[in-house]
Formats: sequence, structure tokens, C-alpha cells
Amino acid sequence: MKTDDLIHLLAKDARVRVRFDYIFLIALAIGVTISAVLLLSTLGIRANMAEAIETPRVIFKLGLTLLLAIVSTRLALRVGKPGASLRSATLALVLPLAVLIVGIATELLVVPPGAWRTSLGGQFPSFCLFFVPTLSIAPLAALLYSVRQGAPEHPGLAGAATGLAAGGIAASIYAWHCPDDSPLFLATWYLIGIGMVTAAGFLLGRRVLRW
Amino acid sequence: MNHSAREEQWAAWMCAAMAGDTLAYDRFLKAVTPYLRSIARRRCDQFGAPPSEVEDVVQDVLLAIHLKRGTWDISRPVGPWLSTIVRNKLIDSLRRRGRPVSVPIEDVMETLVADHHDDGADRVDVDRMLEGLRDPQREIVRSISLGGAGIRETAEKLKMTEGAVRVALHRALKGLATLYRSDRLENG
Repeated sequence: MKTDDLIHLLAKDARVRVRFDYIFLIALAIGVTISAVLLLSTLGIRANMAEAIETPRVIFKLGLTLLLAIVSTRLALRVGKPGASLRSATLALVLPLAVLIVGIATELLVVPPGAWRTSLGGQFPSFCLFFVPTLSIAPLAALLYSVRQGAPEHPGLAGAATGLAAGGIAASIYAWHCPDDSPLFLATWYLIGIGMVTAAGFLLGRRVLRW
Repeated sequence: MNHSAREEQWAAWMCAAMAGDTLAYDRFLKAVTPYLRSIARRRCDQFGAPPSEVEDVVQDVLLAIHLKRGTWDISRPVGPWLSTIVRNKLIDSLRRRGRPVSVPIEDVMETLVADHHDDGADRVDVDRMLEGLRDPQREIVRSISLGGAGIRETAEKLKMTEGAVRVALHRALKGLATLYRSDRLENG
């Protein structure tokens, strides 16, 4: 085919029906909804949430997971757009990390050393390890699909960013059920769960995010 | 025309194109192509790829620009976006031929002169490309690209609505991009 013929052909398809941002937001909404419904229909929100939400540790847990979900989702959106600077979005990841460190430090000051172990172990670490990855399946699939419509420069890294976002979303949803409120628990089991999803995102991204 | 004026002109055309202005899009693609050709030719020379592959790479990059244009933010300059797409596709294209390369980003678009010379090579045989498409996509591509018809004429000829022709054309272009890639793999 001659290049001019191809240009002629492309020009006839000028209009962009859906922008990448829009595809991404729709995928995000679908992923979040499926996971939220999944949590509500299986485990449900913890029974004593009305009182619990007033305690600092629960506020911390819900706030931190939501913060991680937001900054990592922002990064995932940007990795799909060529030429968009990733610097501020990547630096923003330091924010939840800093909040977590402050939380851990506070916990270690407030809780006597003898109780650290119990705080860290919590009641249901295996639930956390199972549900964070499970609740991330729908957001991960939806976000990977949308980033695939974009033009990520590095498929593996883009996949990892997408996985981190999906893991953050799953954590912020699971936090509404999870009865373990210690920042030490959060820093251990949530982080392992989110790490698993990020690794899965990296491996999947290398395969499906090439274009 | 200096560098930034050129970029602003391209951005204006692209912006109008995304809203559906086919003429602006035609201008944009025709303005960009000589630059793409110049980059492609230089890279092919450098890595010993036959010159006949240049036009293939150009077409491959054009298709990528086309299919990924929804990722361009109209509020941002078009240059960095375009450079990233071109660089990525160029690396991908050359790697498929077993030539792992890196293309420095500053190499792309900024420093280049336009190469208007099209040696008319069309290594990817039209008929073979079209075989890879199904009807009505194949008929639409044939009618528009080879017959020079517009959307409306094509719709009348094939007794389809204009909307259906547009949708089928978009699918056909996605299909062509896939065909280019698989064609590479076979030949690489």
C-alpha cells in the first residue's frame, strides 16, 4: 500500500470517539463497583463500623488506603499517556509511605513493646492476604484493559503501576471489613497483598501492554 | 517555519482532526510523514535494514499515531507526545527485525529535516494486506484508499449507513495495524 493511500484512509477516520481519559475512568468505575459489590455480598462491612469509624486507628486505616488508591490510580492513568510527565505522580507515592511511617512510629510509642507482636499479627492476616488480591482482580483487569488502549512506554512498569493502583483500590475496599486496625498490621499484611498484585501487574503488563 | 510555530500548527490540525475534521487530519498526517520518513530512513541505514523497509516503518508509525491519538491531551504540546509514540514504535519496528536498538528521545522530530522523497516502495502488498481483512472492511478499504472514494460514496455503493462505514473503517485500521505487526514477524 502506498503511504499516501494509507494517509487518505486514516484521514477518513479522523474523529476520536472516546478519549483515553474517558476509557480509563469508565474502567476505574467498573472495577471499583465490582469489588465493592463483591465485598458487600460476601464479607460485608464490619458490624461495629459505626463506632469503629470514630477511633483514630480506623480513620488512619481507611484514610491511608484511600490515599494510596488515589495517588497510585493517578500514576496508572499517566503511564498510559505518552509524553506526560510521571515525575509528580511518582513522587506523590511518597505521601502514603510517609503517612504510614508516621502511623507506625505513633503506634510504637503508644503501644507497649510487649503488645507489638499482637498488633502486628492481628486476628485475620490470612483473610487480608486472600481478600486484597481477590478484590483487586476486577480493578486490575479493567485498568489493564484501559491502559492497553493507551500508549504506555514501558509495558512492565506500566503494568506494575496498574497493579499498584488495583492493589490500593482493593485495600481501600477491604479496609471497610477488616477488623485489624493497627498500623503495624497494615504495614505488613496489606503491603504483602498489594505487593503481590503489583508483581502480577508487572508480569501481565509485559505481555498485554505492548503495542 | 520555526520549530514552535510548526508544532502549534500541527497541534491545531490534530485538535480539529479529533473533532472530526478530515481535511485538517489529512494535512497533519501529510505534514508529519516527511519527518517520519527521514527518521525511519536514518535508522534503517544505521542498522543495515534494506531501504525498502523504510516506507513500511513509516506506515507502521502512522497507524500507531492514528490508533493512539486519543491519548493526546489537547491542552498539552503535541511534540513530546508525537516523539514518544514515534520513538516507541520505531524501536518496536526495528526490534522485530532482530535489531535491538535504543533511540534517544532528542533524536526524534526536533533535529530532523523533512524527507519528502517517497520512493514509492510498497513492500507490503495491498492484495495480501486486504486478504487479512474481512468484508465489509476489505471493500471499504479498497473503495476509500484505492478508489479514492469518500465515506458517503462508499456507504451508497455498499448499501450501508455512513455510521456503519465509519465503524467498519475504524475496525479495519485496527486490523491493518495487527497485520503489519504479524507481517513483520513472518519476515523477521
